[in-house]
Amino acid sequence: MATNYVLEFEKPIAEIEKKIAELREYSISEDIEIQNEVERLEAKAQKLRQETYSKLTRWQRVQLARHPERPYTLDYISRMIDDFVELHGDRSFRDDPAIVSGIGKLDKMPVAIIGHQKGRDTKEKLRRNFAMPNPEGYRKALRVMNLAAHYGRPIICLLDTPGAYPGIGAEERGQAEAIARNLREMSHLPVPIIIVVIGEGASGGALGIGVGDRILMMENTWYSVISPEGCAAILYRDAANAPQAAEAMRVTPNDLLEMGVIDKIIEEPPGAAHNDYDQAAAIIKKAIKEEIESLQDIPPKILIKNRIEKFGKMGFWSE
Amino acid sequence: MEWFKRVKRGFATQVKKELPNGVWIKCDHCGEILYKKELDRNLNVCTKCDYHFRINSDGYISLLADKGTFKEFNSNIKSIDKLKFKDSKKYSDRLKDAMHKTGLSEAVRTGTCTTNKIPVVLTVMDFRFIGGSMGSVVGEKIARAADKSLETRVPLIIVSASGGARMQEAALSLMQMAKTSARLGMLEDAKVPYISILTHPTTGGVTASFSMLGDVILAEPGALIGFAGPRVIKQTIGQDLPDGFQRSEFLLEHGFVDAIIHRKDMKERIRQILTFFPIEDTATGK
Repeated sequence: MATNYVLEFEKPIAEIEKKIAELREYSISEDIEIQNEVERLEAKAQKLRQETYSKLTRWQRVQLARHPERPYTLDYISRMIDDFVELHGDRSFRDDPAIVSGIGKLDKMPVAIIGHQKGRDTKEKLRRNFAMPNPEGYRKALRVMNLAAHYGRPIICLLDTPGAYPGIGAEERGQAEAIARNLREMSHLPVPIIIVVIGEGASGGALGIGVGDRILMMENTWYSVISPEGCAAILYRDAANAPQAAEAMRVTPNDLLEMGVIDKIIEEPPGAAHNDYDQAAAIIKKAIKEEIESLQDIPPKILIKNRIEKFGKMGFWSE
Repeated sequence: MEWFKRVKRGFATQVKKELPNGVWIKCDHCGEILYKKELDRNLNVCTKCDYHFRINSDGYISLLADKGTFKEFNSNIKSIDKLKFKDSKKYSDRLKDAMHKTGLSEAVRTGTCTTNKIPVVLTVMDFRFIGGSMGSVVGEKIARAADKSLETRVPLIIVSASGGARMQEAALSLMQMAKTSARLGMLEDAKVPYISILTHPTTGGVTASFSMLGDVILAEPGALIGFAGPRVIKQTIGQDLPDGFQRSEFLLEHGFVDAIIHRKDMKERIRQILTFFPIEDTATGK
C-alpha cells in the first residue's frame, strides 16, 4: 500500500515504490524487459525496507508511532472485532470521543474493547481532541470495564495517546482522581486484561487504561512517563531536543522489554503498520487471542494476585 | 503535539521557598518580615496571613507522630540508575547530590509511629529530594508501607509533596503509579483505612495515583494540587489561568478533597478521623 505521507527516512523506499508504480502503468503490454525491471526494483525495495526498519533509531520509532496514516483503535476494531457495539458516556458528565469503548466478539469470544482514538482529518482530530482524554474518558472506560468484569468477559485496551488532556476543565473534573481510580480498580478486576500499545503511550494518560495481565507493544510504538518533547522541555530546556530525550528515556518496545515493563513485542508488517492495516490487525488479533487463552482458566483471585505482583516487581533498586 | 513545542522554560522547582538560615524571613505570600524562631514556633505558618511554608519530612513527622515514636523502615532501599540517564547532569550524580544535600536516602520516608496514641504507618514525602519525584524507590517504599499497614492492620497515612513521576527513570517511574495504586486496592479490600494528606505541591503522577486514593483526603491550605502543571495548561490553552486554580480551595470546591486543614489542627483532625474507623477491632484481627 503506497501511502501519502512519507517520513524522511522512508523517502528512499518511497522513491523506488513510485518508480515501480510508474513502470507498471506502462506495462499494459506484457513487456518482458519492464517486468524484469519491476521485479528487480521490488527486490531492492524489499531489501531497503528490511534494512531501514531493522535499525531504526528511537526517535524514528516515535515518528512511526505518530505516522498520520498509522492505524488507530477503530481501524483495528473494525478488522478484528465482530458485532462491535460502541458504548458511549460515563453516566455522569458526558461522552469523551478521545476514548472509544464497546463490546463485541473476538472470533466467537465476547470481549470488551477500549482504546484511545485519534482523528484522521482536522475536524475529526478536534472532535477526538487528538486522543487526549478528559476525566470522563477514563470514567467511561472504567464503566465499560466494570460491565465486562461483572459478566466475566475479558478486556482489551489499545493505547495510543499523546497524554491526558491538560486543560482547565480536565483539572476541575479531577483528571488525577480519574486516572488514579482506574489504576486501582483495573488492578483488581476479576477478568483477563490485555494491553496493547498501538501507537503512543504517553504517561498517566496511557496508563489510565493500561493496567493489565499482559502488556504488549507493537514494534513501532513508544511508551514512557512523558513525551520526548515534554521531557526535553523540562530537562534540556528545549522541546527541540526531543530525539535526545527519546534516547535517554529509552522509550521503544525493546527498551521496555529489557526493563521488564512489557511482556512481548508484536511484529508489524513490512514497512510498518501503516503499510498494511489488514495484516497489522490480523497480527495483533492473533497475539491478543493467544494471551486471553493463556489466562482464561486462571481463577480470578489468582489472576488479580498475579497482576498486582506483576506491577510490584517493576522498577530497580538496591537494598 | 504543537503545545509541547512551545514549552520553553520548563517547570521551575521553586527551591526559593526553602527556608534560609537567617534570623528573619520574608513571607512569600504577604511579604511580612517574620522572626524565624517565632515562625518555627508557629509550625512554619505565617503569623500574619497563615501562609503555609513548605516543611520537610522531619517537620511533618514531628507534627504528626507522638514524640519519639517514629521508627523508620526500609531506609536502606536506594535508587540505581538503570537507564544510565543523562541530561545536563547524570542521574547518578543527581542522586548523590540529593542525598548529600538532604541527608536522606530518597524522596520518601516510611515508618511506624503513634499519633495521639493511635498506631499508624506514616509515610512522608520530602520535596527537597529531586522535587519529591517518584521513581522506583519511592514507589516501592510506598507499596511496602501499604503492605505493612495491611499485615499489621494499622491505618496508613501518606503525606504527599511531589512534582510527579521521576523522568530520569522513564517508564519505570510510570509503572510505580500502577504499583502503588494496586497495593492500596488491597488495603481497601481488607478495610484498612488510608488517609492521604496533600501538601504543596502535589502534582503529576503522584496525584494521579496514591495521593487521590485516600479513604479521606485532606489538604493544607493553599497547596498546589493537580495533574498537569499550570504552565503546561497555560501553554496548551493559550490563556491565563483563573486565580486560585489548582489550589487546595479549588479542589475542595470541585469535590476532590474532603477538607482543608490548617497545619496546627492536622494532628487533632487525624485523631478525630481515625476514631471513626473500627481500628480497635481490626487491630485484633476481628
